[in-house]
Amino acid sequence: MSELDELYQSVILDHNKTPRNFRKLVDANAHAEGRNPLCGDQFDVWVRLEGDLIQEVTFQGQGCAISKASASMMTQAIKGKTVAQAGDLFDRFHEVVTGAGGGSLPSKLEVFRGVSAFPIRVKCATLSWHALRSALENRGK
Amino acid sequence: MSPLAAVPPRESRAGRSGHEWDVAKVRADFPILERQVRGQPLVYLDSAATAQKPRQVIEAISRYYQSGNANVHRGVHALSQEATTEYERVRVLAAGFFNAASPSEIIYTAGTTAALNLVAQSYGGSVLQPGDEILISEMEHHSNIVPWHLVAERTGAVIRSIPVMESGGLDLGELERRLGNRTRIVAVTHASNVIGAINPINAIAAMAHEAGAVVVVDGAQSAPHLRVDLQAIDCDFFACSGHKLYGPTGIGLLYGKRALLEAMPPWQGGGGMIREVQIDRSSYAPPPERFEAGTPPIAEVVGLGAALDYVMAWDWEALVAYEQELVAEATSRLAEVPGVRVLGEGADRVSVLSFVIEGVHPHDAGTVLDTLGIAVRAGHHCAQPLMRRFGVTATLRASFGAYNTRDDVETLVAGLAQVRKVFGT
Repeated sequence: MSELDELYQSVILDHNKTPRNFRKLVDANAHAEGRNPLCGDQFDVWVRLEGDLIQEVTFQGQGCAISKASASMMTQAIKGKTVAQAGDLFDRFHEVVTGAGGGSLPSKLEVFRGVSAFPIRVKCATLSWHALRSALENRGK
Repeated sequence: MSPLAAVPPRESRAGRSGHEWDVAKVRADFPILERQVRGQPLVYLDSAATAQKPRQVIEAISRYYQSGNANVHRGVHALSQEATTEYERVRVLAAGFFNAASPSEIIYTAGTTAALNLVAQSYGGSVLQPGDEILISEMEHHSNIVPWHLVAERTGAVIRSIPVMESGGLDLGELERRLGNRTRIVAVTHASNVIGAINPINAIAAMAHEAGAVVVVDGAQSAPHLRVDLQAIDCDFFACSGHKLYGPTGIGLLYGKRALLEAMPPWQGGGGMIREVQIDRSSYAPPPERFEAGTPPIAEVVGLGAALDYVMAWDWEALVAYEQELVAEATSRLAEVPGVRVLGEGADRVSVLSFVIEGVHPHDAGTVLDTLGIAVRAGHHCAQPLMRRFGVTATLRASFGAYNTRDDVETLVAGLAQVRKVFGT
């Protein structure tokens, strides 16, 4: 598979075209905006927590295929996880897309491994994850 | 005078100038064009961000460090005198290239951004009163917007805008209406870094001067593509960068009319800009030294000199005609690609154009093009107000320099077919 095919796998293209959980969450109790000032991409991430459990997570905004698919698949991957588990998953995701580590990811998120060949796109893949992290850190504030 | 008055009408160009632009000869001077990117020959369409450098520039910088390095001014030794002579020769060269009235109207800066900040802080900071107005166009690069925000915050001045029409041109009727007795400064770009649109500076300057305002021109994108004649366009300040003019980064120019420069306070203090220093006060050198505090970027000035020597040997009539043909061809070929929209298509433009592809984010398209060895820019190009004006968040930008070819245009068009294939549009 070429680097390009690896980056734009059909799963990513599908999530770009039809993002999941792409809506505002009216009863959210945590929210943050992720913005990449260099490219203008912008996403809102909403979370409904019960204690430490992520019951629901949604997003909205605009960005490239990588950032949108990443946000979409992030919402699927962390629903039902604890805050600590989500944080741990972000750390592993970050290592994989930056090429810093060969750690394992849930199989669905493996499609983002191709990002490591395009360092300039790492910020796209992690934009919504950063927004999630700040939403969780600022919850209730 | 039309902004393209220096450019003969398209149909008559080849016959009139009698000589064609020898692109193969120019390409041979640019070593980087021989390299491969991701296994493909480099197709460099990002000269609006920074132009590539000819061997003559690279060698001049290297030669300076190998055998000429010394600080300028006040040195009594031979190397310092040589460096000073070259440093001042380049100032004369730049004044000649842009047809300033005097070399003392040319100030070395770190680049266009630094030049515009200098004007905003020194000129703006000293003349603006609360309620005074600064008119800036909607197509400005952030470097001709944010410095005005900073000085407006400091002085209580007010920012007003000059709208951009759908065609890509500035709405000069609206400019005339918005010019008033509180307008002190009109800040406009000579050529848009996003859509390439060329603004008629001499017409704008006439209107602004009538209203008693000065005109500050961002010339970063016009200097490499048009034969700029500062006295003819009659702006009060003009800023440009060496690195977009085939020279090194870290060096730019600020032109200012002598009477204005002489009345302006220093921007930064330090060595080289003083007449005399007491422990509790100092007096300042006349321009241009007044605005060149500290050790300047000497090697960069040397490199800029080599770039000016290089481009001044060009047949500019042939170059302008050639670039105009390239950008016209690129515009019409891109418009044929399904889903592609060229922004501000109706404008007279330098060889810079922006477009969007329906259903594909510019960054994704840029990445696909990159894998084909095609370097374009994707993003907001530091011009968010213009993005908003055209209802987009980002565009793809292709820009063509003296070394680009018709084959480059074709490679780009073929690349866009690949983009559409990947994204199934």
